[in-house]
Amino acid sequence: MEGSTPRPQKIITDQMAENITKIEELAYELRVREVMTRETKVVSPDMTMRDVVEMFRLERISGAPVVEGKKIRGVVSMEDIIRCLLANDIDAPASKYMTEKPITVRLNEPVVEALKHFVTTKVGRLIVVSQDDQLEGIITKGDITRGYLRALQRQNEEEELRRYRARHLFEDIESDRTSLILRYNIIAGDFRHGGAASSNIKRALLRLGASPQLARRAGIAVYEAEMNLVIHTTHGGIIRVEIEPHRMSIRVFDDGPGIEDVQKALTPGYSTATEQIRELGFGAGMGLTNIQRCVDEMILESSPGNGTRLKMKLYLNQDNTEEKPGKQKENSQNESAEDD
Amino acid sequence: MNIKELIQLIDGKLLSNPNHLDIEVKGGFGADLMSDVLTSIQPEAVLLTGLCNPQVVRTATLADVSAVVLVRGKMVPSETIELANQEGIPLISSNKGMFELCAILYNAGLPSFEKPLPNADCGCY
Repeated sequence: MEGSTPRPQKIITDQMAENITKIEELAYELRVREVMTRETKVVSPDMTMRDVVEMFRLERISGAPVVEGKKIRGVVSMEDIIRCLLANDIDAPASKYMTEKPITVRLNEPVVEALKHFVTTKVGRLIVVSQDDQLEGIITKGDITRGYLRALQRQNEEEELRRYRARHLFEDIESDRTSLILRYNIIAGDFRHGGAASSNIKRALLRLGASPQLARRAGIAVYEAEMNLVIHTTHGGIIRVEIEPHRMSIRVFDDGPGIEDVQKALTPGYSTATEQIRELGFGAGMGLTNIQRCVDEMILESSPGNGTRLKMKLYLNQDNTEEKPGKQKENSQNESAEDD
Repeated sequence: MNIKELIQLIDGKLLSNPNHLDIEVKGGFGADLMSDVLTSIQPEAVLLTGLCNPQVVRTATLADVSAVVLVRGKMVPSETIELANQEGIPLISSNKGMFELCAILYNAGLPSFEKPLPNADCGCY
């Protein structure tokens, strides 16, 4: 059964869907077994209420399932103890004051099912059972809160770790020249996914530690090029991004139909886009102009029948653009030991 | 102003998940041409637009837009809302028109972010 529980998305009404937050999403993602308390203290039906009070005090708990053999008989909670005390009946067996037919949830149910019980019944704890109704533990609101905090922390750490790993990629790998190459296949006419590659490239750059300004410039330049592939090409094309510690080189190429007059295409405002494309908000004739503005170097090569190749370069660390990596090998420091 | 205040001000309806509602909107920009947005919007603006295809959200992501307001209460394709949730961009719908919305926000003190980017020009042309 594990993992086969259908995601209970259907129960969300439109009204509710409007108000779903990250926390609520978690209530559907987290399972009861991930947040519950497993090693639960149990009470036997013939245990006296006096002993139950003592157990609660020692264990610092406020409720426990009542179990006979393998059978779950009920739950005793503080409320039951208060009823018993008011009746001056502290030596009665737990079975007399327990709440029978306790509400149960199953291990694999999403946490939202437990939350629903808490909201509708005001009970403090639910009994968690396995598929064959065996006691597995209890779940309280506190368990859910702690589970949430752990899950949020985990998500945070995962993103931190991804960023950390990406940032150290170039330092950790030794070679004479290390680069990271990302390739994306862009499909002609696919407006639905058009721009996804650019978003991914931008995110990759941020993870690699690029400044937000640089990620933005690169993202916009690649997005314009990507949309050109979606809008203007016969079969789509390829975006190839090579990232090095000091610069990124982007090549965008396709196999047609090619540009009639490259110089004209570079004129701000010149466009061959159809009315339909313009209705989508594109084809203002500013794409290539915008790319030129965003990148440090741009070369456009095209002729009809031969496809188009667009090459762009951005220098990643503006302070270091004057350095010529690999050409200035300095040995003076290494040799300083030979001074004598 | 933050996104929550913005929604109140324009009598808007939030279409995306209620995340990132406390982020600041620092300026405004109105356009139906995504190329214009990419060319001259400054980061952290609210984008007012009459378009509602997913590319609006793509453009917003790449241009560091804080929120998108769809004007004239248009029907929005579900892909657009899905993408907005995925990218974490608040998507707001308003029944008012572009002109009126611009005026409301401008009068509330939101500056125009429709300017050429400083220092981003590499001098290619």
